[in-house]
Amino acid sequence: MEKKHVFDDPRNVKRLLTVFFSSVVILLILDAFYILLSRMNVIHSHMNYQWEEFWGFYAFFGFVACVILVLVSKYILRPLVKREENYYDK
Amino acid sequence: MTNSILPALIFMIGGFMIPFFRGRAKSIYMMLIPVVGFINLINIPMGDHFLMNFSDFKLVLLHIDRLSLLFGYIYHIIALITVIYILNFKNDVEYVAGFFYAGAALGAVYAGDLFSFFIFWEMLTIGSVMLIWARKTKSAQASGLRYLLVHAFGGLVLLAGIVLHFTETGSLEMLKLTLSGPGSYLIFVGIGINCAWPVLHPWLTDAYPEATIGGTVFLSAFTTKTAVYALARLFPGTEALIWIGVAMAAFPIFYAVIENDLRRVLAYSLINQVGFMVVGIGIGTELSINGACAHAFNDILFKGLLFMSMGAVLYRTGKINATDLGGLYKSMPWTALFCCVGAASISAFPLFSGFVSKSMVMEAAASGSHLAGQKSYVVVWLVLLFASAGVFHHAGIKIPFFAFFGHDAGHRVKEAPLNMLIAMGIAAFLCIFIGTYPKPLYNLLPFAVDYHPYTISHVLSQTELLFFSALAFTLLLLSGIYPAEIRALNVDADWIYRKTGKALYRIFDAVLNPLNAWCERIVRGVAGSTADFFKDAGAKISLFVAVNIWLLAGYRDKHLEIKKQKLYNDILQGTLPAGIGAAVTITFILLIYVLI
Repeated sequence: MEKKHVFDDPRNVKRLLTVFFSSVVILLILDAFYILLSRMNVIHSHMNYQWEEFWGFYAFFGFVACVILVLVSKYILRPLVKREENYYDK
Repeated sequence: MTNSILPALIFMIGGFMIPFFRGRAKSIYMMLIPVVGFINLINIPMGDHFLMNFSDFKLVLLHIDRLSLLFGYIYHIIALITVIYILNFKNDVEYVAGFFYAGAALGAVYAGDLFSFFIFWEMLTIGSVMLIWARKTKSAQASGLRYLLVHAFGGLVLLAGIVLHFTETGSLEMLKLTLSGPGSYLIFVGIGINCAWPVLHPWLTDAYPEATIGGTVFLSAFTTKTAVYALARLFPGTEALIWIGVAMAAFPIFYAVIENDLRRVLAYSLINQVGFMVVGIGIGTELSINGACAHAFNDILFKGLLFMSMGAVLYRTGKINATDLGGLYKSMPWTALFCCVGAASISAFPLFSGFVSKSMVMEAAASGSHLAGQKSYVVVWLVLLFASAGVFHHAGIKIPFFAFFGHDAGHRVKEAPLNMLIAMGIAAFLCIFIGTYPKPLYNLLPFAVDYHPYTISHVLSQTELLFFSALAFTLLLLSGIYPAEIRALNVDADWIYRKTGKALYRIFDAVLNPLNAWCERIVRGVAGSTADFFKDAGAKISLFVAVNIWLLAGYRDKHLEIKKQKLYNDILQGTLPAGIGAAVTITFILLIYVLI
């Protein structure tokens, strides 16, 4: 009988996902606090662009960027460039 | 400077001596080479050394300033780490080639004039090709040859540029050039080929995954970074570089998402990271050049670490395609941990090395965009931000996930050998050390640093960006939209020379070979019939003359046949009586004389 490893137990995978999803939510809450505090000039905000001050700008950008990246790679690039593994040997 | 040695020579000569050592002494000797080199290096004062006058040329073999020192330091560090990593391979070809290659990179970085720079630049190609061929597989031989052809071409472009530049300006100094005139453009493109600019890049993604396990770690450190160094030295602030760098940072991430060979995924992400450096050099401010150099320093460490972890996986399982791997954290937990450190560093997580260097380039682009006439830098910033999210996606998540987690492919192997773990451990330690305490690295940079990576906004925004990229990955994976890895080949710009090369071959085959065969038939036909004719030409002419005489003399039928046969045989076999022979010869000569 092989040793049980961490992620062999589906409950652990679930726990990890729960931790991850909650940290994502916490980050958004922190961002809201950060914007609030910098508006009240409690902390100095170092921003280069207006849009950086929108709530969740980086979150939105990161998420959308990756979705676009995956969709473009899968549905546009792969059909264009995919060949058989021995394509160059033929 | 009498008591210091040329850093390149320590590596090259030291490397050639390796085969003479055996067993434990060999391992110790190999680790000593970079250490001795480093001690030698820190004892050389700033300035020019090893000056040589070679007719009109003033050659400077050792030019030490802050820029060349920074690259020299990291080259020594990564050489030591890689040597520890490959100790268990017992392959002298790989050892000697590796040291020759690292020495060539050191020589190029310290070269104070374009001519000696070119010499070491070419040696770089030789060393790296040996590292690819040392794998000894058929595909490694083929891609090594392609690598050699591309770099030989690149070297010629560089040489042509240097010659033209010299005739234009009369100077060989390694100083800032402006893009004007064919000389500087050729130098620019020649360096660009080694820097893996878009369309000029496929040699990298073609050959690096084909090299030996240790060879790839060597390769990831030196060729492109030496090109980055050369650009920082010769072309800082050249605006074209910004857009070239932006393209480099953006396009490889799409390929990396669909690539199956995990070392090839890393090769694509190498181009992506070098893109950040090239942008930094193109912007050309003190902050951006510092950022480019710091990022080169860090990239050598974390990319080396990632290639080492994938090399360990390849070494133990014999597999490197994502389709064949998964669940390896169970049997290779340390390798998995080190790989995750490398992944976090390349993704620029706070507390890891990428965080303190990549953001310098981003910051330089952002602050540059507020200056008059540089509005377009906003686009640069946005694309770099996109590339930052993308690099986390493919190098940060995909590499560890498909190799060590994900679907368990059932490999039950041993953990990587101790020396490999030590090498990965050192690299991982440095990644975290630089990430948490960047001051020593900042002190080494070419310009004084006034940059603070750990502001609340930077930490928060970067963490947000990365976590939501991870969220996208997780949701796409859970929903089944994430593209499954497929055993397939993705064509890239090397299609141009690999397929057209083959097409040209076919065209030549179809046109020239039939032409050749046709010519051969003609020549053979003419020669054959001529030979046939002259074989018994003398006999036939004699017969013609003799038969007419005999007819006049009244010989007929059988008698005539016998006489003809006898004469023919006598002439062919040379058994004619001497007098007749002479008569025939004279007749023959006379005949020719009359005919002419």
